[in-house]
Amino acid sequence: MMSNMISSPSLQAEGKAIEFNAVYFVELLRRTLRAILAIMIILTTSPSWANDHIKLKTMSWPFEGILGQVDRQAAQRGFQVYKEVCAACHSMHQLSYRNLTNLGFSEAEVKEIAKSFTVHDGPNDQGEMFDRPGIPSDKFVSPFANVEAAKAANNGAAPPDLSLIIKAREDGANYVHSLLTGYDPAPDGFKMMPGLYYNSYFHGHQIAMPSPLSDGQVQYMDGTNASVDQMSRDLVVFLQWAAEPEMERRKSMGLKVTIFLVIFSIVFYVAKDRVWARLDEK
Amino acid sequence: MVYMDKKTEEEQPGFVGWIEYRLPIFSWVRHLGEYRTPKNLSYFWNLGSIAGLGLLIQIITGVILSMHYTPHVDHAFNSVEHIMRDVNYGWLIRYMHAVGASMFFCAIYIHMFRGIYYGSFKRPRELLWHIGLIIFLLMMATAFMGYVLPWGQMSYWGATVITNLFSAIPVVGKGIVSWLWGGFSVDNPTLNRFFALHYLLPFILVGLVMLHLVALHKHGSNNPKGIDVKSDKDTIPFHPYYTIKDFFGFGIYFLIFAYFIFYEPNYLGHPDNYIPANPLVTPAHIVPEWYFLPFYAILRAVPSKLGGVILMFSAIGVLFFLPWLDKSKVRSNNYRPINAIAFWIFVADCLVLGYVGGQPAEEPYLTISRIAATYYFFHFLILIPLIARYERTLKLPEEI
Repeated sequence: MMSNMISSPSLQAEGKAIEFNAVYFVELLRRTLRAILAIMIILTTSPSWANDHIKLKTMSWPFEGILGQVDRQAAQRGFQVYKEVCAACHSMHQLSYRNLTNLGFSEAEVKEIAKSFTVHDGPNDQGEMFDRPGIPSDKFVSPFANVEAAKAANNGAAPPDLSLIIKAREDGANYVHSLLTGYDPAPDGFKMMPGLYYNSYFHGHQIAMPSPLSDGQVQYMDGTNASVDQMSRDLVVFLQWAAEPEMERRKSMGLKVTIFLVIFSIVFYVAKDRVWARLDEK
Repeated sequence: MVYMDKKTEEEQPGFVGWIEYRLPIFSWVRHLGEYRTPKNLSYFWNLGSIAGLGLLIQIITGVILSMHYTPHVDHAFNSVEHIMRDVNYGWLIRYMHAVGASMFFCAIYIHMFRGIYYGSFKRPRELLWHIGLIIFLLMMATAFMGYVLPWGQMSYWGATVITNLFSAIPVVGKGIVSWLWGGFSVDNPTLNRFFALHYLLPFILVGLVMLHLVALHKHGSNNPKGIDVKSDKDTIPFHPYYTIKDFFGFGIYFLIFAYFIFYEPNYLGHPDNYIPANPLVTPAHIVPEWYFLPFYAILRAVPSKLGGVILMFSAIGVLFFLPWLDKSKVRSNNYRPINAIAFWIFVADCLVLGYVGGQPAEEPYLTISRIAATYYFFHFLILIPLIARYERTLKLPEEI
């Protein structure tokens, strides 16, 4: 019975009737298994830690997608929000002021921005530490001298550095936006710990950071209405740029590399076909 | 060796002959050109050279990264960010290295499943299979230590969990762990030695890959029909037929690779590793990289720590015995209808283990992991020997 299946055990439909025998059954089982397998591969390749989260507000951001770009106007506004609001507690020590030219600030503007900060430097040739105005090559000045000072000023929990916050959270952009706009009133009967604030999107719903944004909190230079939602979105664009300053170059390089590789693969496929055709001639 | 010429010096005139007499490099190159390969290899046979390429990419990018990286607990995280932000094309090199590890594992896993399906581990290729398994083990050690180097939260806590496994060894366990750490917790000495070993092991891997090739070239590649090569009619020269096919394979590999590097560079990583290591804050879920998840699931399936560790290492150890567990004379599962079904169920079982390995250690995942881990060993220790014994295999073709 088995010997009629010499070369390949594939499903054989001879004429109208499919022979209903053991080989057919085995093959059917194999195909079913493979189908189940394909579905499982799709299921198991989604990030495994993504299933115990609160549903976030999902925005469509200009930096997303294969051709995503940094909206420079929004990012500059976001930098203003960071500088005037967040920077009171949150450092961004991976960034230098010179990086801001990347957001469309001129070199003169960056110099001015840097100069407005005081950098603790030294020791000088007298062996003493001293204060001086910032220069573009300085890293962003942190609000606290060290982690201990940050903890002492914030009930024992140091506010996280924001340089990488978008990459350091699952679905970071949507998470930060949801969090900043998620200070809803606590539901009835929800027990709050003293000194904590209710937030719909924070894990456990109790966050040590009071609602940082309120309507009209900053005065935008370009006249944009500074609503909480607007400020939050601008801030996310800025923080996304800060986390991945290479993003635009990366994506545009990716497009070129992909085009090259598609051509490379086609050329080698055709060449392979030609070379292998020699075998048939023999 | 076939390519060792036994000619005298007079028989090999000229400059090439002078070199060849002293160092048989030209006949070795000629061997690569003349090396004969079964003519019916499918695209699954591309994965070997792709894995070699994967190792090469890891070594080249890794050497460049090490020029800018600082293996110190106070500087490691920031030096990685320095690479990402200030080093020319540093982001590209680092993403190639990080994504490259996943791509390398992907290639190796397909390569291994191919070896199992077509019976490439069977006589006379047992040692070839064993060298491959040692490469796999060393790769896992290298990848684990590499993941520690950025010194993020997952680096630190992953290192803590995995090194702590050794404390399960009776009597000497605690001592071994602090010897591994170079102190009383994962700290600067640990990071330093992991860096040294992470740099060293890939070169040992290169040596093992060469042994793997020597063993391969002794009897040549297996093939989808799993039957022996009978004459030159069954084979074609490796070059140009398979070199050019390999290059097409490289193109496809690079396309998938490029998609992840340029568009989803962090998809296969964990967000927590962009938070600097903090010994005082434990992440909610400590998850290893995806390529360890099936083994992690087996580890957690056992309530006892020592039992889990033993079972986890046995999961790889059992693969060494595969040539003797599966005594069927027929190599290829194309002619083994029952074993082919068992194979696909086994693949599904590995995927289930991988899935539950990424879930928190709670119900229903624990029960699933226990069933799946039991099946894993049932497959190798009971099913495979029984099938090999009682299966009615299909008639093998006469020639390739």
